[in-house]
Amino acid sequence: MNIAQKSSFVLNKKHLLGIDGLSRAEIYGLLDLAEEFVELNRQIEKKRTSLRGRTQINMFFEVSTRTQASFELAGKRLGADVMNMSTSSSSMRKGETLIDTAITLNAMHPDILVVRHQSSGAVELLASKLDCSVINAGDGAHEHPTQALLDALTIRRNKGTLEGLLVVICGDILHSRVARSNIMLLNTVGARVRVIAPSTLLPPGIEHFGVEVAHDMREGLAGADIVMMLRLQRERMHGSYIPSLSEYFHFWGLDEKKLSYAKPDALVMHPGPMNRGVEIDSIVADGAQSVIREQVEMGVAVRMAVLEALSRNLPNA
Amino acid sequence: MLLDRRPILLTNARIVDPSRDMDFLGDLLIADGVIREAKKGIGAGGVPEGTEIIDCRGKTVAPGLIDMRAFIGEPGAGHRETLASASQAAAAGGVTTIICQPDTSPAIDDPATVDFVLRRARDTAIVHVHPMAALTKGLDGKEMTEIGLLKAAGAVAFTDGAKSVTNAQVMRRALTYARDFDALIVHHTEDPDLIGDGVMNEGEYAARLGLLGIPKTAETVLLERDIRLVALSQGRYHAASITCGESIDELRRAKEAGLNVTASVSINHITLNENDIGPYRTFFKLAPPLRGEDDRKLLVEALAQGLIDVVMSDHNPQDVEVKRLPFAEAAAGAIGLETMLVAGLRLVHSGEIELVTLLRAMSTRPAELLGLPGGSLRPGAVADVVVIDLDTPWVLDPDGLKSKCKNTPFDEARLTGRVARTIVGGRTVYEYV
Repeated sequence: MNIAQKSSFVLNKKHLLGIDGLSRAEIYGLLDLAEEFVELNRQIEKKRTSLRGRTQINMFFEVSTRTQASFELAGKRLGADVMNMSTSSSSMRKGETLIDTAITLNAMHPDILVVRHQSSGAVELLASKLDCSVINAGDGAHEHPTQALLDALTIRRNKGTLEGLLVVICGDILHSRVARSNIMLLNTVGARVRVIAPSTLLPPGIEHFGVEVAHDMREGLAGADIVMMLRLQRERMHGSYIPSLSEYFHFWGLDEKKLSYAKPDALVMHPGPMNRGVEIDSIVADGAQSVIREQVEMGVAVRMAVLEALSRNLPNA
Repeated sequence: MLLDRRPILLTNARIVDPSRDMDFLGDLLIADGVIREAKKGIGAGGVPEGTEIIDCRGKTVAPGLIDMRAFIGEPGAGHRETLASASQAAAAGGVTTIICQPDTSPAIDDPATVDFVLRRARDTAIVHVHPMAALTKGLDGKEMTEIGLLKAAGAVAFTDGAKSVTNAQVMRRALTYARDFDALIVHHTEDPDLIGDGVMNEGEYAARLGLLGIPKTAETVLLERDIRLVALSQGRYHAASITCGESIDELRRAKEAGLNVTASVSINHITLNENDIGPYRTFFKLAPPLRGEDDRKLLVEALAQGLIDVVMSDHNPQDVEVKRLPFAEAAAGAIGLETMLVAGLRLVHSGEIELVTLLRAMSTRPAELLGLPGGSLRPGAVADVVVIDLDTPWVLDPDGLKSKCKNTPFDEARLTGRVARTIVGGRTVYEYV
């Protein structure tokens, strides 16, 4: 081990189902631990042994590239045996219910289960039926806690702090679990949050989330330290929430002109995958203010931190 | 052209300005396309050299009318009406701004078509023309149009014209989305399933004629639904054409609740009733249909109270081939640009409504709702003005109408009062000689 472990942070929870319920201290504990893994991941020798002997199953009921790959790498670098299951090859395709799948998995004695599911609340349902730790890798339009943590880490590393920053989240808030987790996390650590979207893509009641609401990019981006773009989730749009992609890009797509309404040193973020030319222009996505690639790097470190901090609380740890 | 742009002084006129609730005897000076002054005794001495002085003794000067609902055949049905012919009819009727409807071929549902209409109007029309754009693509009631881009291109409101959006989810989303652009949604409230095969107002008269009726409920179910959706979405909504007392009750409730709901009535529904159909006269076949006399009275009363905001022409040119048919098979619609004002004067002469109230509903209110200049004689306002001779009796000869189609319900009607002069942007575009 090349870097001595400094943080002894333990997440005193069985599961990580969401940002909801995490304290400020827990969030910072995870971020500090993740910082160590950022360093580790930049070395040639990236292996740790803290999860040796543990079994981690990644269950993705909804397709994913970056989140699944990053959880897999995170587990492997910590020494766990990692198994990936996707719906295309699982019994769910044959009609097995979620609870039967859980019972089956339980019999295999995994230590950690990482789950993504298209239905809000499905991960919580699984967690209630399993003996192992469950990490939510995204459930419907509800929560995506590791994304919010990696976003926070990216912001903190670039801006030095989270407190007092104006973070503007733009786009399809209605269908976004990323937005919900981010709003909760940022509120907990004392950042200011503003959302910008056409009214049809805002969940009614959003004004009670502790956010400012804007519909116009010029008005909404004023003073922004962070511009977080969301993917327009066309696959979830049953019926027309917006008239066309070209109108959406014209009014809500982030291009150089709209970005100029934010602070000159504002960071551009996107959880990926991007629809270039729909919610973000390539010039901005690949531009000097973009930290989109750094977000992916932080993803692995944050997931290692979550796995490590949860495993320290596992029985026989 | 230069001569046309001379300043104009209208003297000794009764000046009626609904935007300031003013009605007085005086002079009105127009120069450089705007109204300079409107007051008592400007006189020939106080005007720039070369001013054309027009004695308007015994005549009334008012803001030019803004007709909020006219169906024009361009693009696609120029044989029925072009922007040019409609504008000639408008000028003769004192209408200085036409709001054309998107029911064209192709429908006005993309920014390029809005641009086409505006350019075509600029090149061929003698009055102002502003299009309403379609609310849903292809007017098919399913997917909302590019409301933001269309508004930027010049669409003044969004409507499916003579069609109703039956899908409540589509209407909710459109109202919600339009709110971000402060766009007005105008809706023809007639449930197509309740209309069924109906061709006139449902009731005793339809039964006697052996015609299938259209219940008033066809109108109120959609209006009531829309008002609930406005409450949910907080959008800006205008009922395109209401025809009955029940709708007035809905409108009153919505306004009392503070909702952004307004309404138009067509000139036909406040001056005619179902009995005018007489022996199956198809020029009185309208959509929505003419109702009974009780409803007509209630509509006039609501207009007088300011509850109904706008009176529009519902101008809908239909040629002889589709009108000279058995009643049930004939097309619905009547022309009205040229007769809207003079037909409305019937109500003024009968004492049912005040002149200033009628003029407000035909100019000031449409300007306010659509965010257009006009509808006012305030100094600095655009010089869109109509000079009305209130008392001349005459008989309407359809051959004298400027519209390409002659389907007027006021065919051979005795009328009192006519348009003497119409001024658009400071230029006289019509003069009765």
